[in-house]
Amino acid sequence: MSAVIYLDNNATTQVAPEVVEAILPYLTQYYGNPSSMHTFGGQVGKAIKQARSQVASLLGAEESEIIFTSCGTEGNNTAIRAALAAQPDRKHLITTSVEHACVLNLFKQLEKQGYTVTYLSVDRKGQLDLMELEAAMTGNTALVSTMYANNETGTVFPVEQIGAIVKEYGATYHVDAVQVVGKLPLNLKNSTIDLMTLSGHKLHAPKGVGALYVRRGFRFRPLLIGGHQERGRRAGTENVVGIVGLGKAAELAQLHLADIQHEKKLRDKLEKGLLAIADTEINGDRKNRLPNTTNIGFKYIEGEAILLSLDQFGICASSGSACTSGSLEPSHVLRAMGLPYTTLHGSIRFSLSRYTTEAAVDRVLEVMPAIVERLRAMSPFNNDQAEWLQDREEAVLGSR
Amino acid sequence: MWEYTEKVLDLFYNPKNQGAIEDRDEAGVAVVFGEVGSIACGDALRLHLKIEVDTDRILDSSFQTFGCTSAIASSSALTELVKGITLDEALNISNRDIAEYLGGLPEEKMHCSVMGQEALEAAIFKYRGIEVEQHEDDDGRLVCSCFGVSENKIRRVVIENNLTTVEQVTSYVKAGGGCSSCGAEIEDIIAAVQQEKEVTATRVAAEIAVAQAQNRPLTTVQKIGLIQSVLQEVRPVLIADGGDVELYDVEGDVVKVVLKGACGSCASSTATLKNAIEVRIKERVSPNMIVEAVE
Repeated sequence: MSAVIYLDNNATTQVAPEVVEAILPYLTQYYGNPSSMHTFGGQVGKAIKQARSQVASLLGAEESEIIFTSCGTEGNNTAIRAALAAQPDRKHLITTSVEHACVLNLFKQLEKQGYTVTYLSVDRKGQLDLMELEAAMTGNTALVSTMYANNETGTVFPVEQIGAIVKEYGATYHVDAVQVVGKLPLNLKNSTIDLMTLSGHKLHAPKGVGALYVRRGFRFRPLLIGGHQERGRRAGTENVVGIVGLGKAAELAQLHLADIQHEKKLRDKLEKGLLAIADTEINGDRKNRLPNTTNIGFKYIEGEAILLSLDQFGICASSGSACTSGSLEPSHVLRAMGLPYTTLHGSIRFSLSRYTTEAAVDRVLEVMPAIVERLRAMSPFNNDQAEWLQDREEAVLGSR
Repeated sequence: MWEYTEKVLDLFYNPKNQGAIEDRDEAGVAVVFGEVGSIACGDALRLHLKIEVDTDRILDSSFQTFGCTSAIASSSALTELVKGITLDEALNISNRDIAEYLGGLPEEKMHCSVMGQEALEAAIFKYRGIEVEQHEDDDGRLVCSCFGVSENKIRRVVIENNLTTVEQVTSYVKAGGGCSSCGAEIEDIIAAVQQEKEVTATRVAAEIAVAQAQNRPLTTVQKIGLIQSVLQEVRPVLIADGGDVELYDVEGDVVKVVLKGACGSCASSTATLKNAIEVRIKERVSPNMIVEAVE
């Protein structure tokens, strides 16, 4: 197998070499506990302080507004629980049908605990209807939780407009910004966002570290109870290595934002080349979209078969197909967008990073036409008019 | 990432017998296809058969598959398994045979092998003029509306593959893999099948005990019950060696078995038959019994 061509950066990213260099001393030399009352621990405490400053700077926030967590899931769970604790009398929650499992599954659990949840729909581009949001808001709404950008399609939601509506009703606004931090410029100083989640491994920091932005003055109740770490807002000895890595990664991301157009140009080149293959289409909002993501549906063939074929050439991508997961249902995001089954099952996500080269993009464009042709030659479906395809699709849809 | 065997990967990257079989109106030859699945469900198979009319023998087979790696490999495997055998023999091919040919499939992907078995049946039923709609799988009450799976189909897969959990049923026929609201019903079906098996086993055992006490000859059903218990004892050893055995038929004192996997091609299979199986059957059932392997 040739060298790996990694185009699955929305799943995780490589740790930046500068980040590796920054964290090494904290694996070897500076291993003190930052809570200890001696200089050895104090040195580590300073490193955490610096990381907090680096993360705050990337978000346009204050240091005191950053809580380090272990991952995006912890950040989202903490934020949602904290929001409920802040307004215990309100029992209505709003989210979208395309959220990450760590939000959707938590809301399902909250429904069992007596909360009412409104799941906002999305259109064919994966975009929200703000009128639907406004119609759902009531004086009983405690929290609105939405993504900033979708992990599968890259569609970016108008978060400040959403936040403005939320504020009218005195509710809390939480944003899962895991896919956005490091890809779009952020400034939370005058934002309508109360709580915002990020995850380190999506921006070239190690896995196992994340952060939660908590707007100053927000009535916060911690999820993890224990020691006084993170000013009592997240107990547990700090993951110093992860935090230092996240800090450095945030600093690098801020520098890279100036050059994000390079990623976008490569993404556009890849997309244009793939769209030249017959019966393909882009899934998502092409106008409001992350610069690094493209999700393309290859009609009449199945995603896992495409992925494994790409894997033979050392190319890593991702699919919304059911066969790539333990679940038997295809991506809930693509289904919520109402994509036809012909496109849905054969959708592939390519997500780039600042390390993606033009040669990598060229290689994908070189091999993909033959992969699609080979699989289509095996498929019993080959056009939308195929009688069998039509009959079966309607039969199954009718039984749902 | 799924862990696939080399055979699965080989047949995915280099599938055999892909495409349709053209019907050239040859004398004495019929071409037919059977199809299962749908693009909505995420996998579909159209299996083509070329049949010698006089002998019912499958001369050629090919496939068109919409699906994942294991669906393509299972389809290709199936076309190899059916070539050269008669339609009746083909109807005996189970999804386990397809999975075994591939050296195994991840359990979550077993439904791909079930799809192969169903397409084969659909093709043969179509050739024989049996309405597919009247097939027992489609007759039963619908249990899983997400994937359109009937009670009969669940019962069949539970019995044939000795499934004991809802998760296994989901892996084999997808039922319960959508909204999962039918999970409890599937659990009930599994429990009912297990109970029926226990009742049957108890009844056969009781009948055998009575017959032995009265010193009268065993009925065929009683013989089959005892033969099956002998085969169940032997199977783990054979499976460990990459083979297997299955009861094919009992005619008088002749027990016909099918040797599978490594046993089918093993030079010492006669010894296995005589020493491991026939001796025990002679002891337990009747000293007159003879065991023969069928192709």
